[in-house]
Amino acid sequence: MELFRSANIDWLGKKWYFLGFSLIFSVAGLCSIFFWHGIPTGVDFKGGTDITVQFDSAPHEDAIRRALSDDHIKDATIERISDVGGGMVGNKVIISLPLSSAQDTAHDEGRSEVEQALGAGYHDSGFHVVAVDIVGPTAGKQLTHEAELATLYSLLGMLIYLWFRFELIYGVAAVVAVFHDTLITIGFFSLTNQEITLTVVAAILTLVGYSMNDTIVVFDRIRENLALSRRDKLPDLVNRSINQTLSRTVMSSGLTFLTVLCLFIFGGEVLRGFSFALVVGITIGTYSSIAVAAPMLVAYQEWRASKAPAGKRVALPAAKGVRR
Amino acid sequence: MGRNLASRTGAIVAVLVIFIYGIFGIPYGGLKASLERRINLGLDLKGGTHLVLQVHVIEAVNSDTDRDVQSLNTALAATGASAAKLDPTNPEVITISGGSAGQQSAIHDILTGTEYAGYDVTSTGVSGYKMTMRPTEAAAIEERALDTSIDTIRQRVNTLGVSEPQIEKYGLGDNEILVQLPGVSDPGRVESIIQSTAKLEIHAVVASYGSMAEAQQANPAGIPPEDELLPGNNGEGGPDQYYLLKRLAIVSGTDFRDAQPSTDENGRPDITFDLTTEAGDRFYKYTDANKGTGQMAIVLDNQVREVAGIEGAIRDQGRITGGFTEQQAEDLSLMLRTGSLPASISYLETRTVGPTLGAASIHEGVMASIAGLVVVLICMLIYYKGAGINANLALLLNLLILLGFMGFSGATLTLPGIAGVILTIGMGVDSNVLIFERIREELKLGKTAAAAVQDGFGHAWTTIFDTHVTTIVSAAILFLFGSGPVKGFAVTLTIGLMANIFTAVFVSRTIFDFLLTKKPRGTMELSI
Repeated sequence: MELFRSANIDWLGKKWYFLGFSLIFSVAGLCSIFFWHGIPTGVDFKGGTDITVQFDSAPHEDAIRRALSDDHIKDATIERISDVGGGMVGNKVIISLPLSSAQDTAHDEGRSEVEQALGAGYHDSGFHVVAVDIVGPTAGKQLTHEAELATLYSLLGMLIYLWFRFELIYGVAAVVAVFHDTLITIGFFSLTNQEITLTVVAAILTLVGYSMNDTIVVFDRIRENLALSRRDKLPDLVNRSINQTLSRTVMSSGLTFLTVLCLFIFGGEVLRGFSFALVVGITIGTYSSIAVAAPMLVAYQEWRASKAPAGKRVALPAAKGVRR
Repeated sequence: MGRNLASRTGAIVAVLVIFIYGIFGIPYGGLKASLERRINLGLDLKGGTHLVLQVHVIEAVNSDTDRDVQSLNTALAATGASAAKLDPTNPEVITISGGSAGQQSAIHDILTGTEYAGYDVTSTGVSGYKMTMRPTEAAAIEERALDTSIDTIRQRVNTLGVSEPQIEKYGLGDNEILVQLPGVSDPGRVESIIQSTAKLEIHAVVASYGSMAEAQQANPAGIPPEDELLPGNNGEGGPDQYYLLKRLAIVSGTDFRDAQPSTDENGRPDITFDLTTEAGDRFYKYTDANKGTGQMAIVLDNQVREVAGIEGAIRDQGRITGGFTEQQAEDLSLMLRTGSLPASISYLETRTVGPTLGAASIHEGVMASIAGLVVVLICMLIYYKGAGINANLALLLNLLILLGFMGFSGATLTLPGIAGVILTIGMGVDSNVLIFERIREELKLGKTAAAAVQDGFGHAWTTIFDTHVTTIVSAAILFLFGSGPVKGFAVTLTIGLMANIFTAVFVSRTIFDFLLTKKPRGTMELSI
């Protein structure tokens, strides 16, 4: 069985569509980040208290809210979790309290208050607290800072490795593509107003790895073809490289996509944000290798050619010697 | 070729056996039990409490310079000069003032003596000096305070009977400690026991006041530097009292040898304590000298618990009463036994996962991953026929090595760690697909099966090498700069990718070579 026996698609001819598509999603995400939902971070990053309560029967959010406000607990947000498991597992509610003060001192207030308030004011069914997350403002800031630094350094590390193995422009193109994927994925979280938690950050790191992997496969083929036939026009050569790796791209990405789709559908509520990031990320990561990274190489070469003295041929740096 | 193939097969079988041992150990009590024994699950998966706390190490520096101020004052008494700390927010600085001109060299000699080697002494004008603790000295005190805190917390947690607690420095911020308590889902009591400084001291009482205002009236010039004002309550539920105490404690923290909960003559819970011999001698001397006249206060965590007149000389035993419940008396004596914390502690982060939630998320996560894996395995078989078996064997062996490594290293599998496993599966599939697609291309060029396999692996190797090294580089950086969740991801990813290079390239190639030896030389047939 074989797909794409001899694909011959002019990918670079569609670069304006790609650019438009990427711009629409990036700009929509950015607009949402700056003007609408912001980056919806969970308790992990902004600090506060999350209390997960398991009820014996389906909980009534209004009754919970009434019980809390009777006990003077304000600003609590109540989120019903709908687990696929249903039944006992499904009757969960997350009660979130914002940071009570900018200090770390009043750390533990909230948990016992919520328990008392529910005990006194909620009579529909029994309940018990199954998980509590309390994050102080300092810890939240440190985590945010660390996640940003770690991601930045690892992008830098990959850039330097690609510079060493290929050429600087390949590294830049790959990192831009990965950055594009991260931006769009975070934009999706902002647009759908889903919280970014620590597990989602792990998923974003996964998509960075995956997108990079995908881009390098295409670049590697370009490098190989450049070494074989230096006289071809670059856009043709890039097109050929993408087409040659197309069945691999579809097969690999398709299978990985299926895996994370299983996780998204059957993985339960705890993994929902995580698998959502991967479903979006794998799709965008595959797309960006073809639609962002490769056209960037061509654009760079065309830009260099336009600056070079007339009549002088400018070839894309054919990457360093391929060692076998 | 034949012998080469045999030794490669031998190597693969050896790796297989080693890592299966890594997963299950010597199985007893069933495979599932062995698996659970060998693979450490993170708290997010099995339930438990995760605490991040910060030690206010500056307090340890403060009490160190406090002690030095006291001993300086004793040493300087003859010269007429006195030492004091003027700025409470800057505890490393001691100022010395007074002393006649003729005494300057004597004062200077005392200040630069070996006892105060940790300070830099500078002159401030006419007859004053400033002593600043050297940063290295302050850092050493802070480091010691952090280490002592970790030891103390570990002892306290151990006495509570929490199994396999993990207590260590936490790299995210300064002076932070990570405490992980598996299986503890109601951390209230543990938290307060960890947090209690349990700083028990006995101070001489200078005066007592009924309110803060009264205390201020009595000391219009402010509290003298050698004294301190502490709150306390006068019996159960009584009105608040304020006590002016000598700052330097008669006995403190490390002077206590043992403490036990007990009951007083009325059957109310209290605590009896023993002092070390050396402190006992000191205490005897003091109580003997102030018999009948002085008062002393038992101060716990900067709060006066009890004030008593000194009726006779006491050597090494004492008792604290003051309205404890039985539980409080028990917890407090536990804390006194394990030693006090050198500085107070605050919580930055508390995470509790109940065992049921953890179990539910494992169950769902594992089922979903298995479902995904089965889909992948079936697709590979359909699309690549015979070669699909190669890929599937390679993929399963990869997961086996990954799990085996987790078993050997004792590394903890967390939810982000599972993310690393998923990326490993993704890239494992990709490596196989890359190789197979390349072999198909070579076959299309009219090469024999053997040559196509040879060249297919050769071409794909460059790509696989680059993708894997790039990702391992980024995972290594995440491991170095990240903590907790990010680290868990980096560990499984790095190991998974290394295993993948072995399985997707070496193992899969060996299987191809084995199949080719069964076929006539120069065949064009290959199930791929």
